[in-house]
Amino acid sequence: MIEARTETADAARPGIEGRPRWLLFGVPAAVIAAAIAVFALLGAPGLGERRGPPVEELAVERTVLRPGEIELTVRNTGPDPVTVSQVTVADAFVNFEAESGDEVGRLDEQVLTLDYPWQEGSPYVISMLTSTGATIEHEIDVAVATPDADAGFFGLMALLGVYVGVIPVGLGMLFMPFLRRTAASWIRVVLAATIGLLAFLAVDAYLEGTELGQESAGAFGGVELLFIGAGVAYLALAGLDAHLRSRRDAATTAGASGWRLALMIAVGIGLHNLGEGLAIGSAYAVGALALGAFLVIGFAIHNTTEGIAIVSPLAAGERPRLARLALLGLIAGAPAILGAFIGALITNQELSTFLLGVGIGAIVQVIVQIWPSIKDEEGRALYPATVAGIIAGGAILYATGLLISV
Amino acid sequence: MKPPNPNTPARKDPESEQPERRGVSRRGLLAGGAVTGAVALPALHGLIPHAGVHEALGDSGSHGSGNGHGGSEASTFAHGGGNAGPTFQHGATVDHRANGFNPTEMLRDFDWGKTRRLASGRLLREWTLVATDKEIEVAPGVHYPAWTYNGRVPGPTLRAREGDLLRIRFVNASEHPHTIHFHGLHPAMMDGVPGIGAGLIQSKGETTYEFEAEPFGLHLYHCHASPLAEHIARGLYGAFIVDPKQGRPEADELLMLMNGFNTNFDAEGNQVYGVNTVAFHYVNEPVRVGVNDPVRIYLLNLLEFDPINSFHIHGNFFNYFPTGTRLEPTEFTDTVIQGQAQRGVLEMCFPNAGHFMFHAHKTEFAELGWMGFFEVGGTSGKRKTPAAYCELPYGGGG
Repeated sequence: MIEARTETADAARPGIEGRPRWLLFGVPAAVIAAAIAVFALLGAPGLGERRGPPVEELAVERTVLRPGEIELTVRNTGPDPVTVSQVTVADAFVNFEAESGDEVGRLDEQVLTLDYPWQEGSPYVISMLTSTGATIEHEIDVAVATPDADAGFFGLMALLGVYVGVIPVGLGMLFMPFLRRTAASWIRVVLAATIGLLAFLAVDAYLEGTELGQESAGAFGGVELLFIGAGVAYLALAGLDAHLRSRRDAATTAGASGWRLALMIAVGIGLHNLGEGLAIGSAYAVGALALGAFLVIGFAIHNTTEGIAIVSPLAAGERPRLARLALLGLIAGAPAILGAFIGALITNQELSTFLLGVGIGAIVQVIVQIWPSIKDEEGRALYPATVAGIIAGGAILYATGLLISV
Repeated sequence: MKPPNPNTPARKDPESEQPERRGVSRRGLLAGGAVTGAVALPALHGLIPHAGVHEALGDSGSHGSGNGHGGSEASTFAHGGGNAGPTFQHGATVDHRANGFNPTEMLRDFDWGKTRRLASGRLLREWTLVATDKEIEVAPGVHYPAWTYNGRVPGPTLRAREGDLLRIRFVNASEHPHTIHFHGLHPAMMDGVPGIGAGLIQSKGETTYEFEAEPFGLHLYHCHASPLAEHIARGLYGAFIVDPKQGRPEADELLMLMNGFNTNFDAEGNQVYGVNTVAFHYVNEPVRVGVNDPVRIYLLNLLEFDPINSFHIHGNFFNYFPTGTRLEPTEFTDTVIQGQAQRGVLEMCFPNAGHFMFHAHKTEFAELGWMGFFEVGGTSGKRKTPAAYCELPYGGGG
């Protein structure tokens, strides 16, 4: 019965199989496009006007403070156009220039330059009064003149990135000769400590990312960006790992496995340091960062442990060349410089959330990578020595993290 | 005794005839000037090269084109911007024509009603107040869905003389139920609260409130429907002035009703403050008064969501008559504080010409719109001898 009906159907449309494949895709795609266009042109027939007042949302993406002037870059993250009719700073109406006309369309951007004699160190609440009388508030926690993005600024950010990223990681890697003389059972403890350390970083980044994601206005997503970033990073690193493995199969040399693991750890920590640089850069830009020896020392201790983590897989096997070690150090440390640039120049919570997610995904991938290496001769991953190592790793980062909270 | 015609000054001696006519024509000119200035100047503004003028004024912008001076004075007055004070974007002004009312005209707009002498000899005054829902521009570009009496906020300034019979027909053309509750003495049935007398007047309904004008003083009226704060804050209020039988000494009289608008409806303070509704209006169009002219201000506070309001004047002092119910001032001061529905009469003279600021000395309100200027110049000639301060002659007392 079923068979017969199928045959009939085929007989009724004999030409379908003969058509080119692009046509079979193109026709339904064109029909869908036409249907959407007609629906939009007719203004959603039958559904009527939306009920209720307009939904007005603006997200402040960037705040620049110059003497006597506050510049806000706002983006309309709501469904309806918004017109900023008046602006108050600290409960006083101010004169202001709107860069691009009056109305801000959905997802459009506008630069508002406020004429206001702000005082260094004071907090300010800026309230944008829209044409419908709604208020959209933006808080400046501490008013500090925004640094100019000149050569000196880039130099400072680069130096900061080197101080907190490259140098500490490099210093940590100096422990490699020591590790190479250490018994395999102790190396496993060091690797376990690395896992504890990375797990701590992942949890820390997750907490910070969810907080940021909830603060962001939402047009481009909030906390989901953290998961998207984590997923992208995890999968990308898994792909990279598979690629490196296939190359290793082609040339099986002793120590290649250790090198691969070290590289994976370096990449993971590098992505994490990108997020760390971001936090430092944005804290500097808003004047919330106390630049000084204490911070740099704190980061040095904190990130030195990351250097040890990178070289620990290299304890056995062939001695790696110095250039390769330097490369590992740069992969792990240099993203802090890039992060500092981005953080200082762009105040975008969505981007920050996404990058924090990238760091988390990278770290989880690295933990998955390291996990087999801590297994003892009996194949156990968790035994008293490694458990102690994992706990110690987390504890070290908790303690050193107290030194560098920005 | 025959009640005097309210449209002529209470105290009248032959000597005052001539100056009075001058005074009236001066006021007429002022009102005319404000209207033509508001209409003609913006049109001219675009035609005449004026970049230099803006620079000369510091381009603060707050001294806008439609300032109602009628071009009579080349003023060096400029205010606002940065350290020079709060101001709106580019010193923009609201569209008074679309609003249907202009705070400059409201200052001297006293509505004495339609009068008719009753058989008993008593004077009957009649008004019609229509409640409507209307969007008004309370600050340049900021629109507020107001509820109004006769399409304006504040509603018309109803004025009578002590002992007159008042009949107020209330038509509710709003979509919401409303009432009119008058402050003053009246029968319970005329109290304009829900559940008593006519009670709530539903949409499309109407009623007539009738009572005697007493006691003399400065009072108010407002809607008493619930939620009360909202019905008042939306704009359903106005001044109700009862003159004493013998009248008050002749003066340039001004109505200043302090109000504000909670434009985001969070019931926590207001976003925009002002006198007679439009924020910073009297910065853009200063209140013009004559040197040494007696000035009387009827000052009321109808602000909701903020516990107090205040009035402060620069370079001057005034006699203050709380609620206007006594003819002896209680204070000679330059600052007065009023709670909600508090009001009082201020009497003063401006001995010096020039621009004098007045504002809430609750300075937060000042910078959110409750700020203005007196522009003192010329004279009506009413005063023969210039004095540092002029005391108005109150005769028999209250």
